[in-house]
Amino acid sequence: MAAATEAARARVSAPPPTPPPPTRRSWERVRRIGLPYLLLLPAVLFELLVHVVPMLVGIFMSFKQLTEFFIRNCSAAPSAGLGNYRFALDVNSAVGRNLLHSFWITCGFTVLTVGLSWLIGTGAALLMQDPFRGRRLLRTYFLIPYALPAYTAAITWEFMFQRDTGLVNTLLVHDLHLFKQPPFWLLGGNSFWALVITAVWRTWPFAFLVVTAGLQNIPGDLYEAAAIDGAGVWLRIRSITLPQLRPVNQVLVLVLFLWTFNDFNTPYVLFGNVPPPQANLLSLQIYDTSFQSWNFGSGSAMSVLLLVFLLLVTAAYLLVTNRRGNADA
Amino acid sequence: MPDRSPSRSRHRPPMAPPPSFVWTRRIGLTLVGLLTFLPLYVMLSSSIKPLQDVQAGFEWIPAHLTLRPYADIWSTVPLGHYFLNSLIISSCSTVVSVVIAILAAYAVSRYRFPGRRLFSVTVLSTQMFPGILFLLPLFLIYVNIGAGTGVQLSGSRLGLVITYLTFTLPFSIWMLAGYFDSIPRELDEAARVDGNGPIGSLFRIILPAAVPGVVTVAVYSFMTAWGEVLFASVMTDDSTRTLAVGLRNYASQNDVYWNQIMAASLVVSVPVVAAFLLLQRYLVAGLTAGSVK
Repeated sequence: MAAATEAARARVSAPPPTPPPPTRRSWERVRRIGLPYLLLLPAVLFELLVHVVPMLVGIFMSFKQLTEFFIRNCSAAPSAGLGNYRFALDVNSAVGRNLLHSFWITCGFTVLTVGLSWLIGTGAALLMQDPFRGRRLLRTYFLIPYALPAYTAAITWEFMFQRDTGLVNTLLVHDLHLFKQPPFWLLGGNSFWALVITAVWRTWPFAFLVVTAGLQNIPGDLYEAAAIDGAGVWLRIRSITLPQLRPVNQVLVLVLFLWTFNDFNTPYVLFGNVPPPQANLLSLQIYDTSFQSWNFGSGSAMSVLLLVFLLLVTAAYLLVTNRRGNADA
Repeated sequence: MPDRSPSRSRHRPPMAPPPSFVWTRRIGLTLVGLLTFLPLYVMLSSSIKPLQDVQAGFEWIPAHLTLRPYADIWSTVPLGHYFLNSLIISSCSTVVSVVIAILAAYAVSRYRFPGRRLFSVTVLSTQMFPGILFLLPLFLIYVNIGAGTGVQLSGSRLGLVITYLTFTLPFSIWMLAGYFDSIPRELDEAARVDGNGPIGSLFRIILPAAVPGVVTVAVYSFMTAWGEVLFASVMTDDSTRTLAVGLRNYASQNDVYWNQIMAASLVVSVPVVAAFLLLQRYLVAGLTAGSVK
C-alpha cells in the first residue's frame, strides 16, 4: 500500500525516464510472493476441513443440547449453556463419577505404558548400539509389532487372553502352575493389565526405532574421547549416550504420552463397545457417551475437557523440560 | 543399513564390550525377543489349526495341520470386499497426502514468508489432538454436507480418504521439510540456471534427492490409513467397510472362528509389514534427518 502511494507520488513529481516495468516482470513478482501460499493452499484447506472447523464446531456443540434428533440440523438444537460441562464434571452423578474414574484409569495406563515402552525401547537400542552378529536381522524383527496394523495385534492378544483357550492361561496354569484356577483376563481387574501389556507390546518398537535413529546422530569423537579417558561401556552410556539423547527423548516421551492417552484402538478391539470398568479409557468413555448414548452435547463437552487437559500437560511438559535443558547447558 | 557405509566406522565405540555388557545384552535381547515372538507364533500356529483344536485349548505344537482357514476366511465374511475397500482408501489417501505434503514442505523449506511459523505451529499442533475430539463434529459436518450438496461423505470411501490424508499431513510436512532443508540450496540455484522454475526444480532436483523422505512418509501414511479403527467404525457402512472393522465379523452368535481370525489377521498384515520392513532403512534415515533439524 505504502509502496504504491510512494510510486504514485514519484510519478507525479518527476516523469519517469524509463517506460513502466513490463507487466511480465510484475506478474512474476506476484507469482513469487504468492507461490508459497499457493503451495500451502491444499494442505491448509484439508486441515481446515478435517481438523480446525470440526474443532470449532465441537466447542460450539458442547454448549448445545444435541441429541440424535438434531443431527441434520445442528443449529436448531436448544442451548445448554454450561450444562454439559456441569453434567460431565458433577462427581455426584453417575456420568461424572464414571468420567473421573476413566480419567484416573487413563492416567495409570498412560504412565505404565509410556514408562515401560520407553524403558524397553531405549534399553534394546542401547544394547544394540555396538555391532554384533545378527544385529541387522534382530532390528528388523523387533519392528514387526509396530508394523502390524493396530487391530491385528490387539485381536491376537485378545485371543491369547481368552480364559479357556488362550496362550496366557495355558502358560500360567498348565505349564508354570502359578494359578489353580485359570483367571479371567478380559474381565475384572486383570483387564487393566491385559490392556497395558497389549499396548506396550505394540508401542515399545516405536521408542526403539526413534532412539536407534537418535543414537546415529551422536558424534563419534565423544566416544573416542571417552575411550582415551578409559571409560568403560556402562560409564559411556551414562555419561555420554543418555545425555546426548535428551532432545530425542523430550520429543519421544511427549509423542508416546499423546498417543497412549488418546489410544482408542487397543481397548476398543480388545474389549469391544463395552469395556470392563477397570479398563475403561477416556476415549472409549467419550465414544460411548456420543455414539452409544447419542448424547452429542455431553460427548463434545468431554472432548473439550480432554483437549484442555492435553494442552495444559503439553505446555507444562515443554516448559519444564526446556528449562531443565537450558539449566544443564 | 547404516553400518555398511564406511563413514560409520568412526561412530563405532572403539573397545570390545566387557562380559557384563555382553551377558546383559544376551539376556535382555532374548527376553524382548521372546515377548515379540509369542503373539506372532500364536497368530501363525492358530491359523493352521482346525476349529475344534483351537476351541479345545491352546497347544504349543499343533496336533493337526490344515490350510482350510485360509480358504474359509474369504467366504465366512466378505473379506475380499473389505480388502478392496482398505486398498482403495489407503492408496488414494497416501498418494494425495504425499503430494500435498511435498508442496507444503517445499514452501516451508525454501521460502520465507509471513505466516510461515504460524502455519508450521498450527499444523503440527493438530497432530496432538485426540481423534475422538473431531470424530463427532466431522461426522456431523459430513452428514450436513451430504444433506446440503448431495456429495456423500459420511459412509463413503471419499469421506475416509479425505479424513485419513489429513491425519498424516502434519507429520509428513514436518518430516519432508526437514529433509528438504538438508538438501543444499546450490542444487536449486543450479536448476534455476538451467532454466527451471521453482516447481521445475522441485520435481527435477529436490524430489529425486529426497526419495528416502518421500518413501518414509508414504509408508507411514499407508500404514496409518490401513490400521485406523475409530473413524472407520463410525463412517463406513456395509458396502464401504474396511478391514479394521470387518475383522470383527468372524464372531457369530455361537462361535468365534479364532483360527480364521488369525489367518485373516495374518493375510491383512503381510502387505504392510513386508513394505515396512523392506523400507525400514529409509525410515531410520528419514527419522535421523528429521531429528537433526
